[in-house]
Formats: sequence, structure tokens, C-alpha cells
Amino acid sequence: MKQSLRATLKRGSFAGVATAGAAALLLSGCGAAPEAGSGGPTTSDYLACIVSDSGGFDDQSFNQSSYEGLKKAEKDLGIQLKSAESKANSDFETNLNGMMSAGCKLTVTVGFLLGDATKKAATDNKDSHFAIVDFSYKEPIANVKPVIYDTAQAAYLAGYAAAATSKTGKVGTFGGIKIPTVTIFMDGFYDGVQAYNKAKGKNVQVVGWDKASQNGSFTGDFEKQDTGKQVTKNLLDQGADIVMPVAGPVGKGAGAALKEAKAAGKDVKLIWVDSDGYLTAPEYKDLMLTSVVKQMGEAVEAIVKDDKDGKFSNEPYVGTLANDGVAIAPFHDFDSAVSAETKSELDALKADIISGKLKVESVNSPKQ
Amino acid sequence: MTTKDNTPAGDSPEETGNEVQAADVALDTAGGTLEPSLVPVSTQSGDTGHQQDTVLRRIVMGNGFVSLLAVFVALVLGGLLIASTDQNVAKSAGYFFARPTDFLYYLWGAMTKSYVALFQGSVFNPRQGFSPLLETMTVATPLICAGLGVALAFRAGLFNIGAQGQIIISATLGAYAGFAWHLPPVLHLIVVVVMGVIGGAAWGAIVGLLKARTGAHEVIVTIMLNYVALFLLDFLLNTAAFRRPGDNSPISPRLDESAVYPQLIPGSRLHLGFLVAVALTAGVWWLLNRSTIGFEFRAVGANPAAARTAGVNVQAATILVMAVAGALSGFGGVAQVAGTEKVLTGGVAAQIGFDAITVALLGRSTPWGTFFAGLLFGAFRAGAVQMQIQTGTPIDIVLVVQSLIVLFIAAPPLVRSIFGLNPGRKKRAKAAPKAAVATGGAK
Repeated sequence: MKQSLRATLKRGSFAGVATAGAAALLLSGCGAAPEAGSGGPTTSDYLACIVSDSGGFDDQSFNQSSYEGLKKAEKDLGIQLKSAESKANSDFETNLNGMMSAGCKLTVTVGFLLGDATKKAATDNKDSHFAIVDFSYKEPIANVKPVIYDTAQAAYLAGYAAAATSKTGKVGTFGGIKIPTVTIFMDGFYDGVQAYNKAKGKNVQVVGWDKASQNGSFTGDFEKQDTGKQVTKNLLDQGADIVMPVAGPVGKGAGAALKEAKAAGKDVKLIWVDSDGYLTAPEYKDLMLTSVVKQMGEAVEAIVKDDKDGKFSNEPYVGTLANDGVAIAPFHDFDSAVSAETKSELDALKADIISGKLKVESVNSPKQ
Repeated sequence: MTTKDNTPAGDSPEETGNEVQAADVALDTAGGTLEPSLVPVSTQSGDTGHQQDTVLRRIVMGNGFVSLLAVFVALVLGGLLIASTDQNVAKSAGYFFARPTDFLYYLWGAMTKSYVALFQGSVFNPRQGFSPLLETMTVATPLICAGLGVALAFRAGLFNIGAQGQIIISATLGAYAGFAWHLPPVLHLIVVVVMGVIGGAAWGAIVGLLKARTGAHEVIVTIMLNYVALFLLDFLLNTAAFRRPGDNSPISPRLDESAVYPQLIPGSRLHLGFLVAVALTAGVWWLLNRSTIGFEFRAVGANPAAARTAGVNVQAATILVMAVAGALSGFGGVAQVAGTEKVLTGGVAAQIGFDAITVALLGRSTPWGTFFAGLLFGAFRAGAVQMQIQTGTPIDIVLVVQSLIVLFIAAPPLVRSIFGLNPGRKKRAKAAPKAAVATGGAK
């Protein structure tokens, strides 16, 4: 490798342009050229697009999951993909216009902030289809499919499991920003804990969130992990031994705080949200009791597939326990820490929620 | 700086006789006895007012060649960055020795394609004609307004970091008037603008007041007030009064149709706010170069102690300049809610208040310089969208490239040293503004 680099530099064939960056690329420049005209996998000219909100596609939350869903569709269905990240709210409209002139068949927009912009683009481009994640309109729009999640159902189960496993009798949660898609997790979690208290006559307390007053702990954004760490430390100081951060990447700050607490000999656990943290945040897998999972990628991929097959509908997709749109992840390493009794109770609760016998209600639930 | 330890001269600043005196003193005491102003010398350079020292002028006068080189260096460096993120380039680099032409082809393609997309997204493209240019002007509008506010404060020797907070407050007040009150057309828009501008002016005046009365440093005060404004907005968006009925999301109702700037050209987002920004630029030019108050602002900026001796009420000037700066930023906030977005969210100010600082500095703190620097920034912001969509370049790389371009344009000496241009050229280039530099408080 070193020799080949030296040879390249000696040759000096493009002294002006080939600076260090290019040279680094050349380090591996010994491969064989592809055959001319070798066709890749058959690709369709169906174009699916995605516009993020200001979180970007690396937010470890809905932007990322939706993007990954489209990426998967690109691979599985052989479609074309265009993506645009928004850096500011005023970018939404321009990004959508750009997508329209790029000829997108289906455009996925992410988050309530894009609600107005998506509506406008959909009204102006009646032949294009749209799907908006985590937002729904009061009056449905013919070419926009809302993708929403009744996350409280899964968070309820997580709350119940947390209450059953807590040693200190206190469990904690905090959010990133106080918006419905965040606080719905906290509402469900809170209710799950109360359900446990009611069933067992216990008094497990929730710190960091009060459902009745809709007040609790927030870090103020989805970026500052050190704030998440600080908030988590506060929750631990208040006696919580299980913490559920609902704050995207800020959850890693919670993981760091819990890791320190564990190293100091405390028995603490973490509940991840959005994806199965055991797999997506493996550095904290030995803390991971469970995760409240929103299957956004799968939903997005399914919508793309439907639209490609000409089966688009504007009927909202609502992720529930019933359709596996939301779920709690396996306990993985803590499987033995959760009693068989609790597990069967969780199964019963899940069945009750699916059958409608048990209603998990939250003011933050998506309106359908 | 030195405001706190001096008592005002007490004379009425309006007396025209003082004007000449102030100028003389300002010129004469420019020696090293006084603490240098916080504002870079270059920003004060144009302040005798007889010479407009804009970016354009600098490009045309003497530094033109260096500016061209600056853009060239930035384009090459940025192009390499873009190419390094391009899949085809990476792939063809893998078999570079088997077929080097592929690599060069893709490298060239990746570089040019991005810049073509940038141009097509910001100025002209064959499909939409000049409508991207209108988009550039739309995006530039709040930047220009806020940039003027920052530039004006610079000229008075105040480093105004508070444009962000001023934008947020004005956007909040303006938007509230826009969606909560239902007034007849024209009147409604005027109320929205007035509310927003008063909000911005008040937010700025607080800074001036604290600075003038207590000597608190304006940088700290403005930064803290930015936080106050930001979290105040977050709080308000969590109250029912600022939310859509029946919705828990922190997003306000849309402003009434009667409360928004009318569109200038159908089919684009360009709104009346842009013309307001043009008028404001002319107004600030007049204020700085033709009015007594503007003269006092500049005198205070050049040398506060001398200005005081000359009879300028430095405290009043400090408060007033910050209020006017806040009002200018306030127009930016109004342009956001009543022009571009038509709705109030937590991200309404984006990074405009901070970009405005760059815009003002790039425009050498002159009104028209700021105007064109704002347009340049607007073009970058508008072009970034197309660059991202057409070429698939990650938006972060796009912003890195744009920042590089600004960096090289703003730092001619850096470019000169890259190309080893002789110092003789440097001297000649500096000779032109020298006459104007005489009042500089520093050095």
C-alpha cells in the first residue's frame, strides 16, 4: 500500500488537483476496473423521496428510522431514492419543491413541523403522493398518508415491567422536548407503573413525569448528551433505579450516567425508546432492561411498496400493539431478572390492550 | 469599554456646532492612549462617510484579483470535499491504476455538478428561469435586516450578538398579533410589523440600557438575552394561547391572510419584506452618512471618550443604537413569520441571528455591503437545497463548502499568502482605504 502511494506521488500526474484527500482515496486504488456495461440489479425508475426536519437523518429517532426504511426499500424493491435534510424550518418548502421538480412519486416527510409544508406541496401537486410520519391532519388530504403511533400502549407495558423490576420502588423518565410524540411515551410509562401499583397494592413512584399535570423533566433538545447525563443523575439521586430517556441521542447521556452508577455498585437499568437499544446502542446493552419500539422503518417501507404497486391510500397508518407497529423489545440479558409471573402479566396486558378491553389513554395520543 | 467611568458631557447632542468639534476630537485623539474598540478596525474604516466601502467596491478596487483567487481556492477545496463524499469517485478510486480516466472523470463530474446545482438553485436554471433568484432574495431578506442591525451596532462600537434574540422576540410578538387578532387587511399587517419591530427594539434597548447605565458588557448581555428569548418562546409554545386549538404540538396557528406580507411575484415565495429590506438598507445608509444621530453613533464607535468630550451623550447614543439595531433585527423576525414561514415555531429564527454577524462583517459593516453579503448568503442557503437534492451531497458538506468560500473571501491575506503574492501588492491595495481609516479608535 505504502509503495503504491509513493508511486502515485512520484508519478505526479495531476499535481495541481491531487492533494492529500485524493491521495488517501488512492491508498486502495489497486482494484480491477469493472467490466464496461455490466448492469447492476434491475432498477425501477420509481422515485421515492424523504425530507427530514431539522433533526437530520442521524437523529437516532424518527428521521433516521424513516430514512432507513426508505434505504431498505431502495435495496429490496430496486427503487430510486432522493433525500434532503432541512437545516431550518424555512427549508421545508424549498426542499419539498426541489423534490417535486425531481419527480418524486412518493415523498416521506418527517414530523409535525412539516405538516403545513406537506399540506401545501400536496395541494399543489395532486398527482404526487406523500406520507408524513408522526403527524396527522384533522381533515384528511387525498394524497397524504399520515403515519402515526399509539406509543402509549407499548410504553404502558414498559412501565409495568419497570415497576415490577425496580428494587428502590422508584422509576424515572425524562424527555427531550415537551412535544406530544415524546410525552406520549411518558404518559404510557406512568400509567403502566400505576397499573402495577393497583394490581399489587404497591406504591412504585415515577420521578421525572407527572401525567396529571403534564409536567416533568426535559433536557430542552435532542442533542446535548451531557444534559441527559445530568438529568439522569438527578433522577438517580431521587432514588430511581430504572430510567427511560425519551430524547433520541440524548438517551446516550442517560446510558453514560447509568454506567457510572453501575460501576459505583448501584443496580440500575435503562429503558431505550424508538428502537431496540440492545441492538442500536450496544455500548449500554448490559443496562438495557427493554425498549419501547416504534417500527417506523417497516411502516415506511410497506407504504413505499404499496404505492409502487399502485395501492396508495390516504388512510392513516396507526402503529399499535395489535399490528406490531409498536412493541416492547425482548429483555435480552435481563430475561432472568424479570419473573415469569411478570412476563405472563405483561402478556395478559398486551392481549387486553389488543382486544380493546384495556384502553391506554393519553392526551398526547395521535388524533385519528 | 469606557462608558461607566465617565459622566456625560451634558450638552445636547443635537447642536450642529458640536458636530465639527466631535469630528476633530475624534480624529485627533485616535492615538494609542485609549483602549482599542472591540470592533475590528476594518469595520470602522469607512466611517468618514464620504466613501462607500462595500464588498463590491473592494472586489473592483485593487483586490479583485485576490478575490477571484479566493473563490477559486474555495471552489477547488470544496470540490475535493464534495468529491470525497461521492460514491462513484470512491468506487473508481478503488481501481485507479486499472483505469485512471474513470476516477478523473467522476472527480471532475462530482465537483462541477455540485457547483452547477448551487448556481441552479440560487440564480438561474433552464427549467424555472430566474425563479431560484427570487428564492435567494426571499432567504436573504431576514439575513439582510438582521445583518443591518448587527452592522449598525458595530459602527457604534458595540458587538451585537443579540440579533438572534431580537429576531425571536419580534417574531413572537408579530406572529401573536398575526394569528390571535383579526383585523382588517393592511391595518393588520401594519400592526404585525409594528408589534414585531417594537419587540426587537425593546429587546435591543435593554442591552443598550444595561451597557450605558451599568457598564455590563454587551456581548454577555446579548448572549444571555438570546437564551431568555429562545426559552421564553419554547415556554410560550407550550401554552394554549400559542397553540392550534385542539393540538398539543408546539406550533402556532397560521397567521391570518391579512397579516402577512403580500407576494411580490406569483409562484415564488418572494414577499414585500424584501422591498422593506431594500428600504431599510437605504435608510441605514442615510442614517449613518447623512444624519446627525448617525454621525454620533460613528463618533461613539470610533472613540467614546472623544465623542463625550465633544458633547455627544454617549449613554443615550448607546441605548438608541441598540434600540435601532434591535428594530432592524425585528424586521428580520417579522420577515420570517409574516413573509417566509407564516407560522411561529421554536425554530423560527434558525441560525439567522448568527449568520447575520458573518453577513455584517463580510459586508464590512456598511449598509450596502451588508445587503450584498446578505444576498450572497441567501444564494448559498437557497442553492444548498438543490445541491443536496440534485447531487446527493450531504447537507453538512454543502455547508462546510459554503463556509470555506466565505472564509476565503473574507480573508484576502490568507489567499495572498497561499499564492505567495508579493507584499508590494498588499501595500497598494491597502492604500485606498487609508484615507478613510484616520478616525479608527484602535491603533
